[in-house]
Amino acid sequence: MIEQVAFLLVLTLGAALFARRIIRLRRGLAMARPSERHDQPSERWKVMARVALGQGKMGGRPVAAFFHVIVYVGFVLINVEVLEILLDGITGQHRILQAPLGGLYTAAINFFEILGVLVILACVVFLLRREFGGINRFNHSDLTGWPRQDAAIILYTEIVLMVALLVMNAAEAALPDGHAPFVVAQAIAPLFAGLSPKALHHVMEGAWWFHFVGILAFLNYLPQSKHFHIILAFPNTWYSKLDARGRIPAMPAVTREIKAMLDPSYVPDSAESPARFGAKDVQDLHFANVLNAYTCTECGRCTSECPANQTGKKLSPRKIMMATRDRVEQVLNEPENTQTLLDGWISREELWACTTCNACVEACPLNIDPLDIIQQIRQYLVMEESAAPASLNTMMNNVENNAAPWAYPQADRGLWTTEN
Amino acid sequence: MMEALHVPTLAEMTQRGEKPDVLFWVGCAGSFDDRAKKITKAFARLLQRSGVSFAVLGAEESCTGDPARRAGNEFLFQMQALANIEVLQAYEVQRIVTTCPHCFNTLKNEYPELGGSFEVFHHTQYLQTLLKEGKLKVEGGAFKGKRIVFHDPCYLGRVNQEYEAPRALLSTLEAELTEMRRCKKQGLCCGAGGAQMFKEPEAGDKDINHERAEEALSTEPAIIATGCPFCNTMMTDGVKHFEKEGSVQVLDIAEAIAQADEL
Repeated sequence: MIEQVAFLLVLTLGAALFARRIIRLRRGLAMARPSERHDQPSERWKVMARVALGQGKMGGRPVAAFFHVIVYVGFVLINVEVLEILLDGITGQHRILQAPLGGLYTAAINFFEILGVLVILACVVFLLRREFGGINRFNHSDLTGWPRQDAAIILYTEIVLMVALLVMNAAEAALPDGHAPFVVAQAIAPLFAGLSPKALHHVMEGAWWFHFVGILAFLNYLPQSKHFHIILAFPNTWYSKLDARGRIPAMPAVTREIKAMLDPSYVPDSAESPARFGAKDVQDLHFANVLNAYTCTECGRCTSECPANQTGKKLSPRKIMMATRDRVEQVLNEPENTQTLLDGWISREELWACTTCNACVEACPLNIDPLDIIQQIRQYLVMEESAAPASLNTMMNNVENNAAPWAYPQADRGLWTTEN
Repeated sequence: MMEALHVPTLAEMTQRGEKPDVLFWVGCAGSFDDRAKKITKAFARLLQRSGVSFAVLGAEESCTGDPARRAGNEFLFQMQALANIEVLQAYEVQRIVTTCPHCFNTLKNEYPELGGSFEVFHHTQYLQTLLKEGKLKVEGGAFKGKRIVFHDPCYLGRVNQEYEAPRALLSTLEAELTEMRRCKKQGLCCGAGGAQMFKEPEAGDKDINHERAEEALSTEPAIIATGCPFCNTMMTDGVKHFEKEGSVQVLDIAEAIAQADEL
């Protein structure tokens, strides 16, 4: 009885803390301009199914994709067992589903155990790759400090949680009256041969509690970690940009103003003007930009494909996403802080180094769009501050006066047709 | 020396009561840049040779606004776009072909939202259609056995998912086609996009076009082919940087095909 009460208390506490985290996330998302991406819902579900559920953009890097899919499938399927943990915890039973399911139960746990071993192996591979793989995107300066620790914490936690599950089963398999005819449990049970039945019971129960509390703790760790992607991948891909990749959305207020200039009889359908053209801070961004930032798992595929970053420029698309998230968090934590995303977190040098080549957009396995943020800040810089590099101002003056980025007269555009 | 081309403007054709099948949108580089003008002329010759009825806007053409928009100047972009749409609609233009992937992207993807919907082709797409229809015939002789590597322009490839048309055209040249490691979806930018063409690069270890030219040269090509006047400039400069201009040519696909055809 005490155990059941303790279980419910821990469960309630874990759920309540997580709910608070989600409310906080919603506050972060609400900071930005609202989303207009509610159109074509059936297409959105398809993108989500293909990209998030189906890991459709992971294939470009087969080694990472292979180990990632193990951890992913492990995460989804082994968590089916959490259902039993909940039922056992609430009812005070042990393996409540074993008797009713019979052979199916054994088969399922066998499967989870093997998957668990594979997850441990995959996590070890990931740790080794990060540490010794010589992979630039993991050794990159973007990850100095907390991001690197975060990655290690996630991988170690997953290993420890899987080990707890296997230890629980193995301790039970080692018990004279245990009912754990599971393949991995049986294989490692001899490790516990020296322990008394009482000690084995303690190990088993300890591992059960450890696993349960561990899952709740990990769940609450997610929202402040890059690992939030395991949940946010789904809504994030749902809110993907669906129209042509090469289209920058037009600003309606600008369209109205120009139409009125070109045609004095034009009557605008709205007089609304944004508080600010482009984005100086996270409040000027759009919902999807902030969701992107919280979803980013800092894998660095974007940065490793970025032509500017590959040639030693400061720009790193991954850092754009990390900076956006950090700034949203800063607004939540210290509302009085007057730093802004531009200059406070992202420098002008980074923004002007972008070739808008879309390599980062293509590379992201979760359809995150760093270019959209870069583009909006450039709009702010040019339209609100007139702060483009001098050479770009020359180019824009030429477009305005000569209808070309160079200072050639428009009347000469057809000269090539009469030249030899 | 080649003869002048005598391409009619839309104004001239309209005055004669004629209507072309397609408008050739030349673009700023294609109109003014000496290197890019060669691409423009090669493509115009291919159109003439294929019997396509086409016209240009000439002095009525204006920057699409792409570099202004990518630099962040939405106002200037829309000024250009709305004025261009007005001209195009006044002539009842329906189909547009262009040799510049940036013009292509802007006309195709960004003008519809502002009221200008046209059927827009990149010249490699248009040439591929002419080839399929039998209007364009390519003799591969001049390129037989030569190695050609294609550099994907970002705004044709990754942005508009057209990887096939340029390769299909190159394959008619009976040359040896090869690929860089970073090609198609992973193609590395030449460094010109996003208005970079018009400014100095930020500080770094290397210029992007040197990085890309180095990669292209590592395939030991006779020809680096591309489908964008800006990529062409960047790759040409990159090849010069490595002092390979004597042995490696940078050509637009239209130029390669026109050469094969001895146009």
